[in-house]
Formats: sequence, structure tokens, C-alpha cells
Amino acid sequence: MREVAVIGIGQTKIEEHWDKSLRELAGEAVLSAMADAGLDHFDALYMGNMMSGSANFQQHLGAYIADWVGQRYTEGIRLEAACSSAAAAFRTAVMAVASGEVEVAVAGAVEKMTDSPSDIITGELATAADADWERDQGISFVALNALIMRRYMHEYKWGKEAFAGFSINAHANGVNNPNARFRSPISEQDYVRAPMVADPINVMDASPLGDGAAALVLVPAEKVRSAPGQPRIRVVGSGAATDTIAVHSRQVPLWLSAAEKSARQAYAQASLRPEEIDLFEAHDAFSIMAALSLEACGFAEPGKAPLLALEGEIRPTGRIPIATMGGLKARGHPVGATGLYQLVEVVQQLRGQAGANQVPGAKIGMAQNIGGSGSNIIAHILRADE
Amino acid sequence: MEIPRHWRLKKQRYALIGEVCPYCDGKIFPPRDVCPHCGGEARNVYPFSGKGTVYSYTVMQDAPAGYESQAPYTVALVKLEEGPVVTAQLTDLGEQAVEIGMPVEMVTRKLREDGGAKGMLIYGYKFRPVGLGPH
Repeated sequence: MREVAVIGIGQTKIEEHWDKSLRELAGEAVLSAMADAGLDHFDALYMGNMMSGSANFQQHLGAYIADWVGQRYTEGIRLEAACSSAAAAFRTAVMAVASGEVEVAVAGAVEKMTDSPSDIITGELATAADADWERDQGISFVALNALIMRRYMHEYKWGKEAFAGFSINAHANGVNNPNARFRSPISEQDYVRAPMVADPINVMDASPLGDGAAALVLVPAEKVRSAPGQPRIRVVGSGAATDTIAVHSRQVPLWLSAAEKSARQAYAQASLRPEEIDLFEAHDAFSIMAALSLEACGFAEPGKAPLLALEGEIRPTGRIPIATMGGLKARGHPVGATGLYQLVEVVQQLRGQAGANQVPGAKIGMAQNIGGSGSNIIAHILRADE
Repeated sequence: MEIPRHWRLKKQRYALIGEVCPYCDGKIFPPRDVCPHCGGEARNVYPFSGKGTVYSYTVMQDAPAGYESQAPYTVALVKLEEGPVVTAQLTDLGEQAVEIGMPVEMVTRKLREDGGAKGMLIYGYKFRPVGLGPH
């Protein structure tokens, strides 16, 4: 297997892009990543997306986007793994280049959620859960996370306000990210007073949806050299794991087994321990998912993740910074595209291009993308070479 | 309209018919082809009692399409006394506050209409606090 490097990144702002189509958004990200890489051609396109078939009545995104960016005749497929679709596309691109089969791969991802009414989108998000045994009971995706959060608060004796730090950190970091959906800081008062969506999850626990696209260009690492101010960024770990599709089927609903397994796989490949990770783009679709991710990936003991937030250890200057460019909470969560935003942001940090949110001396970054309520989790570790 | 899918699920939905594993005696609900406890082939029918306790719960303010008219409503993870946990709505709550650990029992209720007011009525299990009288 060959080592793989990331040589180009691209992203669009996350917002309600009424004036842009699905392919215009995706094309903007892919073309921007190609320009960043200094390439005008690629060999294969792996597109992550969750719901374009029902939200936009358009499937077949491999050919659809390759054609749009002027790369017809290349290989192109679409990968779907609910909210972890984008990381699935990235992992596929990594494996394609690592295998020796593909020289230049583009991992792209897009989600265009505002072309359909919100109740349709809410229903569509619930398709990531079990249709027969969860969705038909009238449950939403938010509610599944609320069930987990309430049990967590019950078992570990945390009050609601203990989760405020996750949201406050994300919004503070979103302020400095021009691509973020929300760019205003919030206070603890804002958090505590926010209206409930599904108790105990309030508006400030839940990430905002939106339209967005992101892309990365991958090539064999042997063809890239570090330059001053432009370190070579290698993909040193890639892990993926599934868990039960339904939350109710888990032996321990408060433990993200798939996060633990995928992270361990990535740590082992990279020969790294959790303490050596400089920043962690966790899948904070809900505050509780940030907490469970920190625990399952080895950054906190079970039941202790809220302490990291309360003590400021998740800020850019803390022990394990998360949501460094706003996370899902403030940057936004265009579901099937989110995983590539996380990876783009890790690259920004490792290049030293994260501006006011720069994690000092960041050399090793991890991104973790969750599909469903923990039923599919994909982790990647990137490293900047001197 | 998804008539065959709902028709296929009627035994489980109306009467909590699950399975017991012939190899490890694990109780299984909803039914599966492979036992989640031992990996053996699961195929022996087992009717669940419908008794359980609330493992966790939340109140749905923002209901998905098809459920709007019922909002707000309470959904829960219910731990059945035989072991498995199911996702279900709580019903007949009245003024009663829901708590983790609260004993509940299964009742059969309308889940929703499939295909609008003239469409198919989908029935299934919900759970209510115990001690509320006959079904």
C-alpha cells in the first residue's frame, strides 16, 4: 500500500444557497480544491452525499459532478453512509490511491437541504435510523439523541448546564470562520435559555442544517515534498466501524463502540496514542455526541467529557481542541458533506492556515464523522511533515 | 403508501411477538435472522409480556411528516422485563410526570395514517403507565 497525501482543499460557505443548484455547489468545492492543488485533471471522483435523491430528485452524483467540473470520462461514484457519507467518500479515495490503482483522486461531498420543505428533510434525516422499529414510532433524529442525552445525565449525574461548554466553544470558533453558518458568539445564558427541541436537547445543543460542499485532492505521498509554509499532509490513519442501526439494540447505549473501534484502528495505523493528537474534529451534531465521542476515542473517561468542556480543555488552546472552526454546531451540518468539512479544517490547521483559531503547533489532527446515532463511524488521522 | 411493509410487521406491532434463541436462550425483539447474543440462527417464536420500565424518554415538539397532529408526544426507550429495549411512544399519561425507571405496559394504538385521512391506519404498540385499568 502506498502512503497518501492531501494536496488540495476546497469548501463553500454553509448557508441557505437559494441561488445555487446541487451541482453548482459541489462544482465550486471540487474546482476550488483542484485549483488549490494546482491540477486541472483527476482520475477518479468519490462523492459523499446522503439525500440528493429525495431532497433534490437527483442521484448518480459521480457522473453528475464529474461532468459538471469538466472531467467527463473519469471514474465517478457516490458513497452513502448517512451523515458519515463524506468520510466514507474520503476513505474510499484514500484506499484508491493507496492501492496504486488511482493516481489523483478527488473526495467530494455535497448536501443541498433547502430545496425541499423542512418536514420532508426531518423525515429524510430519520431514514438514517431503523424505519421499521424507530422511525415508525414517530421519532426524529433529534429525539434519538435526546434519549441518549437524558440517560447520560441520569447515569452520570450531570445537569443540563454542564453541556454549555460544547456549544460556547463551537460558536466562539465559528466567529472566525468565513465559511461558517453561524458567526456569533453565545453565552452560558444563551445556552440555558434556548428553547427545547426534544428535551433535554435545546436549540443550542443541535447543529444547524444547511447547504454546503467540500472537497479534497489526494495523491501518492511519494510525489509530494514539504515546502516552507506548505508542509506535506499525509493521511496516516483511517478506520471505519458500524454498530447496531437502532439505538435500542445496543448493549450500552451510552458508549459509541464504533467510535472506539474506528479510532483504535486509526491510532494503530498511525502508531499514535490519543495524547499525541493535537486537535480533534469530533462529530458534534449534538452536544451529547461530542461528549460520547471524546470518551470513546480515549480523550476522557466514561461520564467525564463534560469536565473537559467545563475546564476549557476543548478550546483551541486547550488539551484537546474540538470544533476548531465551529464544528457542526456553528460551522453547520450539511449532513452528507460534513465529514469533508472536518477534514478540510484539519488540513487548514496542519498547514497553519486556521487564522485566529489556529491550534498552536498543530502537527497531528483527527476527524471523526458519525452516521446515524453512532451506527457508522469513520475516523481519519492526518499528519504534517516537517 | 407502504402496505406490504406494514402488513409484514403486524405480529410484532400488535402483540410484541419476538424470538427466543434456540442456542443461548436469549430473548430477541424486534426479530432478527441472526441472534445478537451468540450469532446463532434465530427462529423460535417468543411472545413478550409487554411489561417493562422507562430507560429514557423525551418529548417530541417538532414531529416528522405524518405525525404532526399528535405533537407534542412522549417517546421512550422501554426496557422490557425479558431484556430487550424498544423505542415506542408513551400514551395515556394524563398529568403523570414521566421518570426513568417508571413501570409501563404495552397497549395497541394507532401510530399514524399512511396516505392521508383516507389512507391506511397503521396500528402498533405504545406503552402506558401500569395500573391504569383494563385495556
